[in-house]
Amino acid sequence: MHLIDRRLNGRNKSAVNRERFIRRYKDHIRRAVKGMVADRSIKDMIQGGEVKVPAKDISEPGFSYGQGGDWESVHPGNREFVRGDRIQRPSGGGGGSGGQEPGSGESTDDFVFSLSRDEFLNIFFEDLELPNLMRTTLAEAQHKKLVRAGYVKDGAPNNLSVPRTMKTALARRIALGGPLREELDALQEMLARLLQEAAPAGRIQDMEAQILELKGRIARLPFLDDVDLRYRHRVAQPAPVARAVMFCLMDVSASMDERKKDLAKRFFTLLYLFLTRKYEHVELVFIRHTDEAEEVDEDTFFYDQRSGGTVVLSALELMKTVVAARFPVSEWNIYAAQASDGDAFGADAGKSARFLREQLLPLARYFAYIETPEEEYSRKSPLWAEYEELQGEEKNFAMKRVSRAQDIYPVFRDLFSKEHAG
Amino acid sequence: MSSVLRGRSDVSGEGAASMPLSHGPEWEFELIERYHDAIAEVAAEFGLDTYPNQIEVISSEQMLDAYASSGLPLGYPHWSYGKSFIRNEQAYRKGYQGLAYEIVINSNPCIAYLMEENTMVMQALVVAHACYGHNSFFKGNYLFRQFTQADAILDYLVFARRYVMECEERYGMAQVEEIIDSCHALMDYGVDRYRRPQPISSREREARRSERAEHERRLFNDLWRTTIPQKEAERVVDDGRAFPVEPEENVLYFVEKHSPTLAPWQRELVRIVRKLSQYFYPQIQTKVMNEGWATFWHYTLINRLYDKRRIDDAFMFEFLHHHTNVVTQRGFDEPGYHGINPYALGFAMMQDIRRMCEAPSAEDREWFPDIAGGDWVRQLDFAMRNFKDESFIAQYLSPKLIRDLHLFVIADHEGEAELLVDSIHDEQGYRRVRRMLAELYRRENRLPDIQVVRYYRESDRSLVLRNHIYRGRPLEDRQAEEVLRHLGRLWGFTVRLESVDNEGGVQSMREWRT
Repeated sequence: MHLIDRRLNGRNKSAVNRERFIRRYKDHIRRAVKGMVADRSIKDMIQGGEVKVPAKDISEPGFSYGQGGDWESVHPGNREFVRGDRIQRPSGGGGGSGGQEPGSGESTDDFVFSLSRDEFLNIFFEDLELPNLMRTTLAEAQHKKLVRAGYVKDGAPNNLSVPRTMKTALARRIALGGPLREELDALQEMLARLLQEAAPAGRIQDMEAQILELKGRIARLPFLDDVDLRYRHRVAQPAPVARAVMFCLMDVSASMDERKKDLAKRFFTLLYLFLTRKYEHVELVFIRHTDEAEEVDEDTFFYDQRSGGTVVLSALELMKTVVAARFPVSEWNIYAAQASDGDAFGADAGKSARFLREQLLPLARYFAYIETPEEEYSRKSPLWAEYEELQGEEKNFAMKRVSRAQDIYPVFRDLFSKEHAG
Repeated sequence: MSSVLRGRSDVSGEGAASMPLSHGPEWEFELIERYHDAIAEVAAEFGLDTYPNQIEVISSEQMLDAYASSGLPLGYPHWSYGKSFIRNEQAYRKGYQGLAYEIVINSNPCIAYLMEENTMVMQALVVAHACYGHNSFFKGNYLFRQFTQADAILDYLVFARRYVMECEERYGMAQVEEIIDSCHALMDYGVDRYRRPQPISSREREARRSERAEHERRLFNDLWRTTIPQKEAERVVDDGRAFPVEPEENVLYFVEKHSPTLAPWQRELVRIVRKLSQYFYPQIQTKVMNEGWATFWHYTLINRLYDKRRIDDAFMFEFLHHHTNVVTQRGFDEPGYHGINPYALGFAMMQDIRRMCEAPSAEDREWFPDIAGGDWVRQLDFAMRNFKDESFIAQYLSPKLIRDLHLFVIADHEGEAELLVDSIHDEQGYRRVRRMLAELYRRENRLPDIQVVRYYRESDRSLVLRNHIYRGRPLEDRQAEEVLRHLGRLWGFTVRLESVDNEGGVQSMREWRT
């Protein structure tokens, strides 16, 4: 009999099969992810979730009997029946399906399974068409840095430190050989004396034999031993802790419909993901505006419909007030993302652009603006026209018209590349 | 429990020197080995013949992995395994379903998985159940001997996996998946139920033909031809074009050998699925026997250890607790009833055979004159080797057991408005209950009878399958359409499925066109 411990073998043998499954039902899963993006708050976005696939889409067909025909079945536990008794058919049973074992029929329940965080992010990113490298950096749970931390006695061969190992070996040889060498010196001295005194040949031979043995012992000290090996040691240290605040500004006037809000939400989420990767602690501030601005919670932000005009400036001013009151620039990294369909009336657009340039951009590390136009090729909005002038001049400002989810990422491209370089 | 106490009273001094093997629930590798040796020792007393054992300890996650690939240690990658993995994992995580305590693989050496979460008692039970019960069944039962090669299966699985993955690399994942999907749809029809005759050489065929001609020449008598009028219809002219000559029930085999469109690598994929299906065929046919046999032997072997005082009372109580869980049979009207529990039925029948040998009643002598009063070890061994579920029940289900289980037959006939209690456990009912229970385990009762009857290879290359309608039961329509579509994909030309009643009249016809 062989008894084998397999517990340390790979656990995820089925991972490949699971992945195949997900690939096959990608459409269903993508639909589910879309629902999740809509339902969740930005902070909860990076989690797995449940996906439902209708049973009929997932069944594996095989020939089987349908309802009808003659069946007999055998059951245990008879108490009162005698031969010839007649029993009402169970309701819904129809014509003759009594013989089928329970569970063998098609189950009509939906197939539900949970998506892991990584799988969720993968599909989320796929819609946004993020470059692969960016996906890995964003999906990484926490940023860690490997730091040198002295030497250890065991490790991987590639970490072997040769100088340190040789040093240890030398020290060991000296330490172990020292007493022997002292003894050898003493013996040799004694031998010299004996030779001078012309002592009996037997004693001299004895002495010479002793010296020979001692030399042998010294020679047998290993040059390099297992205990000498030293490896460079590295420990993972979390990246420096820093705080950031992210302002989400959105126009919530009636013209911002569900589709536009969904785009905006994906945009905010992506920025949030990026920030959480970079900063230990990220605060979110939601500011919505019609003709006046107010700070609200996330639910209200995305789902509460307001009516009224549009004054962009009001939101920018409120952001400035909030920064001054709660987020001193010396302690917080300030990011802002603004989403709007670009409606602005009269002087509002010009004033807003000026306010942004003079008051906000100096405070913020980054300010991104996305516009969600009615159609892809509609004409430039007043706000866009004014903001456009900022684009070239201000390094920490980016803007983009977005009509599909995959347009969002380019807004961040600069931001990412710059932050990475820095 | 009463049987245990009885077992204890007739110990009478044997094994007085033995010490209990262990105390407490914790297991260690060394302990498993000790238990295994003790169990092997008593198994030898009963003459159980097994493959060598290989016991592997795995974690619960690995058990879930093993589940997904139907217990095989390695399978080819496919989404449907992912689906069952996800389903099992979810059921397990949410606590709807426990994991099997063991999985055992019909191979040589026989591989049994033990889960690390099990207690020592459980491990010992599993060793007895899997390594001696199932193992000896795999080695002895005629279906397994005929249709599976325990020595070769692991190598074949390695080959299959590698082949499928190579095909994916070369021809694309989607291509491979399509073929395998289609094969899976026909997996139940990829089984030889009888051994295929060795193909004869052309020389031998020629020899037979000339022998037959010679025979006819010698017996030739012109009177036969001239005096007896022949009916026109009887003179069927075989123009040699109808193909296949005999209907073929192994649809995948026919596809593999004769599909006009499959590339060689696709044929090989069909063959792989077919071989796996064939490998599982004996297990499906012997569920009751196999589990009953294994349960009987874990019960008997552990009791024997207890008789020999190798295990203590605490061990025995825990063991009985698990054992009782395994063999629980709920009544039809109790909550949690899921039909007949194969462990319970099989175990009860094995125990019953032993009872008939050891303490036969007058009734047993009348019903089972060959068994009553015989040597139970030999009788059980004979039963294990030569039957499958259907024939085993038809042969061995005794009136006493029918009474004990209160079995009854419900007839559900299409023309009737109500269900009828057909038979119960009484004098008139025994034989019918037994026959009906055996029928439940017939393949036809679960799977419609569908065979390949015609391949028009000389004309439009279409393929005709025939479904013999069994007791008026129609095919499930949507499924049949789906499977036909899959078959069409493999075949590449028109595929027809005709449903035929007992008189040979075609009742309905389904068709899939390219």
